[in-house]
Amino acid sequence: MAAQQLARGQMARRYNTRRGSGSAGRETVWGYLFIAPQMLGFLVFVIGPLLAVFVFSTQDRNLLTGSVKTVGLNNYLTILTNDALFTKAVTNSLVFTTLLVPVNIALALFLAVLLAQKLAGVMIFRVLFFSPVVTSAVAWAVVWRFMLQGEQGTLNQILSIIGVKGPNWLREPGWAMLSVVGTLVLKNVGLNMVILLAAITNIPGEYREAAMVDGANRIQVFRSITLPLLAPTLLFVTVITVIGSLRVFDHINLMTEGGPANATFVLVYYIYYTAFLGFKTGYASALAAILFGIALVLTALQFALRGRASQP
Amino acid sequence: MTTLRFSYSDRSVQRTMDALKRGAMYCLLLLLAVPFVFPFWWMITSGFKSQGAIFEFPPHLLPQTWHPENFIEVFNYQPFAQHYFNSLYIAILVTTGTLLVASLSGYAFARIMFPGRLVLFVVLLSALMMPSEVTIVPNFFFMKQLSLINTHIPLIIIPIFGAPSVLGAFMMRQFFLSIPREVEEAAMLDGAGRFGIFWRIALPIARPALGGLMILVFLASWNNYLEPLVYLDDLNLFTLPLSLRNFNDVYGTPLWHLQLAATTLAVVPVLILYVIAQRQIIDTFASSGVKG
Repeated sequence: MAAQQLARGQMARRYNTRRGSGSAGRETVWGYLFIAPQMLGFLVFVIGPLLAVFVFSTQDRNLLTGSVKTVGLNNYLTILTNDALFTKAVTNSLVFTTLLVPVNIALALFLAVLLAQKLAGVMIFRVLFFSPVVTSAVAWAVVWRFMLQGEQGTLNQILSIIGVKGPNWLREPGWAMLSVVGTLVLKNVGLNMVILLAAITNIPGEYREAAMVDGANRIQVFRSITLPLLAPTLLFVTVITVIGSLRVFDHINLMTEGGPANATFVLVYYIYYTAFLGFKTGYASALAAILFGIALVLTALQFALRGRASQP
Repeated sequence: MTTLRFSYSDRSVQRTMDALKRGAMYCLLLLLAVPFVFPFWWMITSGFKSQGAIFEFPPHLLPQTWHPENFIEVFNYQPFAQHYFNSLYIAILVTTGTLLVASLSGYAFARIMFPGRLVLFVVLLSALMMPSEVTIVPNFFFMKQLSLINTHIPLIIIPIFGAPSVLGAFMMRQFFLSIPREVEEAAMLDGAGRFGIFWRIALPIARPALGGLMILVFLASWNNYLEPLVYLDDLNLFTLPLSLRNFNDVYGTPLWHLQLAATTLAVVPVLILYVIAQRQIIDTFASSGVKG
């Protein structure tokens, strides 16, 4: 796709140079004028702050008193060697991601395959499964926090009817993480589902029919035709889901506030906690720089995998 | 004769099997839909329950007695109407600004030749890989220097240039590339300038792309939580997501009947719009791959 765009860009270039040079000069001015708002805003609110994060990360800053002191790489040193909370937060983020991503992708794929069947009214279910995606995270978290309370929670009430005593989902360290993961999977799985569904629908029907004629059953067709053709899309949804789950904040803040006993204390929550509850913005910037590094590595990994996938 | 009957019954067995299979499929889909749909049902119906009835056992799918006054109490408990208005006007400004900025640059990257075009575009796109949480501290500091903490301005101005806007530029560029150049040639021959062509020819054609982008940006702003949480302290300035978690008694225990009634009021209009425009909304999300 990118190559196609590049080719198109080159065509446009050739097309344009055919005109007189005066017109080309005017074109250049127009071009810069058109992109000026976006590029200036980008510089001020994205690039500038990104550079500032690295500068801040070498300082000891206090948000309340406004004091600033240069400390070199001390923040990073403390984080990496002497910060149990950071170790906890990174571990939690990793566990969270490791739990969420496979469940999310597997469920999304399962739902997409179901919805790809030729079944009357199946699109109604697409609307239902997708509806939490357009709902605000706050609303979704509020409702699930309500339903996942201890004895009085709806889920436990329903469980008690069938004779099961459910745990206090959000207050027991062993269950809190799983509860937030489950809530978040339900919230976002619809997005991966529709992306995968679009990809499945794009696979020409003849491929499957040809395999069927050759005597393959449905499962074989899925494994040797559908799945390989979906590989690039699966990679894409995996990467956006991994980055999305590393960024989890809303649900944590609203359902558990990082607790119980820091069981759901994740990296972005730590950044928020350090900067806006602890006012240590220098230290928080070092944490943010580490988050940036992780996102960068993941993105690079995606490109490497994609490069390998596209080779024969 | 026998063979004929055999094949007939074969076919009817086949048909019964198909019907069974279809039935099983519907049952499975209905079962799977429960955890997606029940929370909405429970949110709406619990919003109509009295404070005492909210935890009654066994739970009732519908309130035993209806308490629509919860929905009025929501507005008395805190300035909920103000919060609603805040969210609405912020989302409208962010959406308008983003559409303008992104369609201008998307058009330039698709159509206008200027030095550095490709490099600038790639640099811009790289912003999509960066989690916005990375820059929240410097942005906060910057806004503090300008004395803009506890105002809506950061919530309006930062998103107009953030990730949704970059994604918007990308989407608009893709769309403008798909329009045949000839459409614009005629206007160019008539002596229209670049801006005239953009404004009077290209932009009206781009209405479907603008519509999709509008949905993405509006929802992102409407549902935004972290930034309002960080930038706002004053109760009157709250946006809906902050307001929803604020229905607590003096001990901080949620007043669930009010909280769920308020959540219903915040969610249902969006759901109605979603159901009306579901096809376009889902297609937009499916092609952009961005979380709402």
